[in-house]
Amino acid sequence: MSVPVHTLFFAAYRDRLGLSELTVELAQGATVADLVAELRGRGSPFDILPEQPAVAVNRTYAMLDEPLGAGDEVAFIPPVAGG
Amino acid sequence: MIFARVASEVIDPAEVLARVGSDRDGATLLFLGVVRDHADDRPVSGMRYDAYEEMAGEVLSKIAAEAAERLGTDRVAVVHRFGELAIGEVSVAIAVSSPHREEAYEASRYVIEQLKERLPVWKKEHYVDGVSEWVEGNVPPGTASGAEPAAVGTGGDA
Repeated sequence: MSVPVHTLFFAAYRDRLGLSELTVELAQGATVADLVAELRGRGSPFDILPEQPAVAVNRTYAMLDEPLGAGDEVAFIPPVAGG
Repeated sequence: MIFARVASEVIDPAEVLARVGSDRDGATLLFLGVVRDHADDRPVSGMRYDAYEEMAGEVLSKIAAEAAERLGTDRVAVVHRFGELAIGEVSVAIAVSSPHREEAYEASRYVIEQLKERLPVWKKEHYVDGVSEWVEGNVPPGTASGAEPAAVGTGGDA
């Protein structure tokens, strides 16, 4: 059974990918690292994503070993520049 | 009352300032971040701010609460704007008040420094020569390429 996760792209990532969101099907037990590998494995333009990106899972900053479940929201966070 | 908001509406500094202050406070501070007309030596014509709006609101609330803890009062108000901003427009307003100035300066400084580290907001400079570029930013703590989350506030490792 696959697990759908909702991915979001912001700022430079959104510009370079040409999209702001995407639903990705992952295997049960997948982590953020698996999501990154799945996306980067698609090649251009997804290979612009870093191997070790900053992400937020359900609006909280998370590491690559964070497990993902159905319906989770994973945002790819380019270096932030508020103020 | 602690107040934090991330929104596209024009910021009214007087409205943010009015959210702090009390008869117990001898110090009130208002900090404004303003879009300037240059980046290093390059003329800038405007700035676009993008935000992960829902998360940014939550992160800004946390930062304001941490600042309040340092301040020792609950008089902290911060508003960050997103969207297209012109030169001279306010991108962020931070108001704090406390019985004495020292804590107020510290808390105000804490909010601006922390939001630059952690707030999921991005800015793209529009240069007068017609080019636009995302401003180089910070990798937030607690992420793969960022540092370990720092212990924040005066309450320990919260």
